Amino acid sequence: MSRDETPRRSGARDLERYAGLFSQRTQAMKSSAMRDLMAVTARPEIISLAGGLPDTSTFPAEDFAALMARVAVDASARALQYGPTEGLDEVKECIARVMAAEGMEVEIEDLLVTTGGQQVIDLVCKTLIDPGDVVVAEAPTYPGAVPVFVSYQADVVQIEMDEHGMRTDVLVAELERLDRDGRVPKFIYTVPSFQNPAGVTLALERRHELVRIANERELLILEDNPYGLLRYSGEPLPTLYAIDGAEYVIYLGTFSKILSPGLRLGWAAAPRPVLDKLNLGKGGADLCSSTLSQQFVATYFAERDWRTYLGTLVELYRKRRDVMLEALAEHLPPEATWTEPDGGLFIWARLPDYIDTTDLLARALRENVAFVPGRAAYLDGRGGSEMRLNFSGVGEDDIREGVRRIGKVVREQVALYSTLTGQQPAAAREAAPEPENVVELRRRAG
Amino acid sequence: MRVAVLKGGRSLERQVSLRSGARVEDALQRLGHEVVPIDVGADLVDRLRAVRPDVAFVALHGPGGEDGTVQELLELLGVPYTASGPSACIRCMDKVLAKHAFQDAGLPTPEFYAFSQTAFEELGAGRALPAIEERLDFPIVVKPAGQGSALGIKFARRAEDVAGALVAALSYDTKVVLERYVAGRDLAVSVIDGPGGPEALPVVEAVPNEEDFYDFEARYEIGRTTFTCPADIGADATARAQELALAAYATLGCAGFARVDLMLEDTTGELYLLEANAIPGLTDTSLLPLAAEAAGVPFDELIARIVGLAVARVTA
Repeated sequence: MSRDETPRRSGARDLERYAGLFSQRTQAMKSSAMRDLMAVTARPEIISLAGGLPDTSTFPAEDFAALMARVAVDASARALQYGPTEGLDEVKECIARVMAAEGMEVEIEDLLVTTGGQQVIDLVCKTLIDPGDVVVAEAPTYPGAVPVFVSYQADVVQIEMDEHGMRTDVLVAELERLDRDGRVPKFIYTVPSFQNPAGVTLALERRHELVRIANERELLILEDNPYGLLRYSGEPLPTLYAIDGAEYVIYLGTFSKILSPGLRLGWAAAPRPVLDKLNLGKGGADLCSSTLSQQFVATYFAERDWRTYLGTLVELYRKRRDVMLEALAEHLPPEATWTEPDGGLFIWARLPDYIDTTDLLARALRENVAFVPGRAAYLDGRGGSEMRLNFSGVGEDDIREGVRRIGKVVREQVALYSTLTGQQPAAAREAAPEPENVVELRRRAG
Repeated sequence: MRVAVLKGGRSLERQVSLRSGARVEDALQRLGHEVVPIDVGADLVDRLRAVRPDVAFVALHGPGGEDGTVQELLELLGVPYTASGPSACIRCMDKVLAKHAFQDAGLPTPEFYAFSQTAFEELGAGRALPAIEERLDFPIVVKPAGQGSALGIKFARRAEDVAGALVAALSYDTKVVLERYVAGRDLAVSVIDGPGGPEALPVVEAVPNEEDFYDFEARYEIGRTTFTCPADIGADATARAQELALAAYATLGCAGFARVDLMLEDTTGELYLLEANAIPGLTDTSLLPLAAEAAGVPFDELIARIVGLAVARVTA
């Protein structure tokens, strides 16, 4: 029957009609005013420092064409066919090489190829979390993990960080507090290197400490390491997976930041019993990750030196990071602080606590610039005066101009606040007062 | 008829507007009209000239679409359009104008003070804040004058919160309202025009699921607020709320349809007008369609009626 003959039912009961069918899980998922606000940041005239995008324009188009042609010639039928849930062995060999570059030894049997790193977070929650189970995460945590935790109805405890990453003393205190309530977290979620969103890196001693805590208490750690190889300064640090020897660490890696997020390929390395469950979960979710993408990766690693392109990205992003740090020092008022990441894609800035960065975003959008308001990285309403800035996906001129515009609106609000309260704004960066509640993450530029 | 549905635009309520627009388009199609969806942008005048619609359905929310700007253009182009004209839109969008209009008409609205950013920057209005705080008592609600959604609305619980709340509200508009907080029940009365003049629909109450009275955003999130219609507030309060909504509608000069938001104070049982929305949401979670349905007017009939009124306004 055509649509004309059967007018769709309509009415205000539409939602009500379906709402009764929604699971507890989806009822916990929220759409919010902030989401509507973020949707506006996609307008073309806006310089968006809100994304988390790698710069894919730097991948040589001729290479892409040649490699895809090679896939078509050599492996057409396989590339167009389903593959094993755990992923193609050729790809796992590539993964082993990438992990080796960060000092990790892994058997290909310990690997599961996934649809982006994001799927690992989902599968780990699916495997470990019953409603109300505790997950420990950093404060702030990766905004993309928040909806996953929420959808599995996890009770997330966020541990504050300083410039050396998650504070293990606070973690221990928190674990003891949970202990007293008879609760044990299922896992600790951490992005130890160049954290998204804070840009800080977990110090070596704390890495050992964290692994020791997990071993002693028999807790799993989900080590999310998308950016480890994107280091622009400082010495490489061993991963938690390497320190732990694959006892209590589930490792999450991805091709998104070293090759392409469009491939949607990531991986998990995990203790075998956990990996088996993740594998079953993945089978139910999508049978297998794109075989076409996997063939592309295998061909790419066979025909090109993956480290060359990685080197290009590192050079490009290092410059962009430096440009953003310079611009922040030039344009942000002395009341603001921010992190100086040694790698990754993000800088985390903290403004005086009377500035709400969700509201500031509305003002910034009128200047055609966007960032991620800090609340997106917390599950408990904190982060209201913080913001995430991305430097990887935007050219140097746009970074300068974007930060200049953000600086303009921040200064405007600082001035307005001082007019309202009769307090003088800080005179110069050097003379800036140290707000007592802004000790963590503090690192002043300039 | 050929109906252009104006939606989207650049306002912060773009997403809601797209949802309202899509739902209206479906209804218009079912009603047998030729539908031309227009995501409002720099080419709006050219598009309208090319499409030459018989009527424009304005499904825009927030500044740009709900504040009289688009309506002014439609008047200029001679395109009949739905809902209120420019002057009513301007009064609805600007909470300061609306509240003054209520006061002048003797309608109850919570006591308030309004300031422009210039007043703070050039006239030292900040010095007057302590006096305001004394008169309004805490908590004080601080709102941008011209933002349709819950964005930028803050509760200042102590004197120290006021400056920050003002900075937040001034992120959205150059004018702000400081308003006495009315603790009570959150009501909305939609009004639609009919053959016998404007008619108030059943009262909707927004009931927060959690006890977070200070979290305005919660009221707009699916799952955190339950809407009941008709509101269980008794016949007297219902009649009075509807009467006030009609009076507000008339005072502001609205046409076609609008939604009036009120508070029913717990301690006194008094009703207060908060604001009027010239183009309330028409999504499947919006209050006007919910109220219309409760009154026995299904969505398609509501849309047919609104379009009919727009055409009748021109031919009258």
